[in-house]
Amino acid sequence: MTASTQRRERTAASTRSTQESPFVKWTLIGVAMLFAGVFLLLPLLNVFVQAFSAGWAGYWGALTDEDTFSAIKLTLIIAAISVPLNVVFGLAASWCIAKFDFRGKAMLLTFIDLPFAISPVVSGLMIVLLFGAQGYAGEWLQAHDIKIIFALPGMVIATIFVTFPFVARELIPVMQATGSDQEQAALTLGASGWQTFWHVTLPSVKTGLLYGIILCNARAMGEFGAVSVVSGHITGLTDTIPLRVEKLYHEFNPAAPFAVASLLAVLALVTLALKTFLEWREHRRLELAPPPENLPPPA
Amino acid sequence: MSIELKNVSKKFGGVSAVHEVSFSVNDGELVALLGPSGCGKTTVLRMISGLELPTGGDLFVRGVRVNDIPVQQRNIGFVFQSYALFKNMTVFKNIAFGLKIKKWKQADIAARVAELLTLLGLEGFENRYPHQLSGGQRQRVAIARALAPKPSVLLLDEPFGAVDAKIRQELREWLVHLHHDLKVTTLFVTHDQEEAMEVSNRIVIFSRGHLEQVGTPREVYEQPVNEFVARFIGVMNVLELEVRGGIARAHELEFPNHGLPDGQRLRIGFRPYAVQISTNLKTFRYQAVLRHTYFLGVLLRLELELPSGLTVRARMTKEEFAHLGLSDGQSVSMQIRQYRVLAHEGEVLRPEVATTYDIPVNLGEGI
Repeated sequence: MTASTQRRERTAASTRSTQESPFVKWTLIGVAMLFAGVFLLLPLLNVFVQAFSAGWAGYWGALTDEDTFSAIKLTLIIAAISVPLNVVFGLAASWCIAKFDFRGKAMLLTFIDLPFAISPVVSGLMIVLLFGAQGYAGEWLQAHDIKIIFALPGMVIATIFVTFPFVARELIPVMQATGSDQEQAALTLGASGWQTFWHVTLPSVKTGLLYGIILCNARAMGEFGAVSVVSGHITGLTDTIPLRVEKLYHEFNPAAPFAVASLLAVLALVTLALKTFLEWREHRRLELAPPPENLPPPA
Repeated sequence: MSIELKNVSKKFGGVSAVHEVSFSVNDGELVALLGPSGCGKTTVLRMISGLELPTGGDLFVRGVRVNDIPVQQRNIGFVFQSYALFKNMTVFKNIAFGLKIKKWKQADIAARVAELLTLLGLEGFENRYPHQLSGGQRQRVAIARALAPKPSVLLLDEPFGAVDAKIRQELREWLVHLHHDLKVTTLFVTHDQEEAMEVSNRIVIFSRGHLEQVGTPREVYEQPVNEFVARFIGVMNVLELEVRGGIARAHELEFPNHGLPDGQRLRIGFRPYAVQISTNLKTFRYQAVLRHTYFLGVLLRLELELPSGLTVRARMTKEEFAHLGLSDGQSVSMQIRQYRVLAHEGEVLRPEVATTYDIPVNLGEGI
């Protein structure tokens, strides 16, 4: 036996021991691809196909409809209020969880996950029970002429509740991994707590924070269940984009619901693209940064 | 006096991490805080910096009581074991951070950073990020950053802990030179007694939150105040002796009874250098076999086994070893020239009682 045949046999053996046969490999890949195509890609494509079934003019007309336009505006307003609030909350919660030890820390962690575990419809109901006419705070709110349920405040509260965990959940592991050494170093160099947060803490969690904001925003704009319960579905007043889509659909409108839905689909695609970009950038920064010995010597 | 601690204590919850520690550091000194891990030495360092608050006692920096002064205003440079460089900032921005916080002028900052880059051999690295530096370079950036705002005291936590053995040696020498040039009062924490002996002017030794001894490397080596220090600094042979027939004995080794009656016990220790060896079996009173030789460079450590099985560690220079023509397995005669009484009846001796005793060479049989 020559050396080359020996080597070939060894290569063949190692291939066999570490890899499946091409048939199994391609079957598995095919199943996964088919599944993704039928259940994910096809419905998404269908949204756009249906949306344009009445042509560009129909599409444009559906989007510029007065009520649809007000739904888009309301969605943006809700996101503009709830996302920043959840950023502040998420930063505060992740900061205290990552940097300090205190009683009830495990409980706080569990509570942050609560909105993930509760059905959005139940979340909405809880808010109705609290602030509705028959709710605990109902009488007092009525006496002071404050409208929460079936109005913007209720929808914002519902959205904040549902999107509560996104920012905090992204930041906690990042902050825990960073530790508090850098902050302590800043303190010994004379920095105040605020300067330390602004110059040291925030930049080191920047990517995680952006990531959390993007996911939080996508959910805030796309939330249906909780918002549906508290909105009251007043056309042109308390309809958000998802609620508007549902309403148009039930009106047996052929293209309009899909046209509006395509907005959310685009939002989803943009979110995914941004998320992928951030991950790629972070990966490049961390993994592909040239090690010291490969850098050109300093001038 | 640059730093002074008076009965400083620190409790975490109910656990006492540092117990009534008092010592002082003079202006321009380079002092090591030495002890096994978990002995409270880092806590002491962090209390001086203000990152940790003492639960008892008084802390003075340059004569001012700093207990109630927050960390930001203490003007103390602190170098973390992990270096804790700001990952999102370049070397320049890292070093400039403290100066920017103190609102120095742009031009002054640039000048100060340039000065430090030169001093620490980091020229040309100012635009790199921490992850683009080697371990040693990172540490120098950390030191430059701590020195930038001209601190009254420089504190280093395990400065050589995170680098490999070869660079470690270079860094030790480099720290000594840096300290010599800057004359800034420097305190560093280490668990490595060799490192502490080599680098510092004085050593503060801790164990389990208590201060054991403060002294020059020579003092703590030659006059350890207790058994802990004796065992921790350098190598020491420790023997448990029992007085029988007016002589304190352990196996075949015999020592004076130090006035103790028969049946009493005492503990003594002797350094490897106090063991004398001869190839002539009649020169010294004890017979032994050379079991193993460890080459430590210029010095050799020898393991001698007495007929009873007792092992004694000795040491000699390479030249002595060659001169005697020793080899493993060879029979020799030996004598202990000098020892210290460490404890009577299990009770640890006070420093004034623990003295060194010399044994006249070759006093033959009996003491």
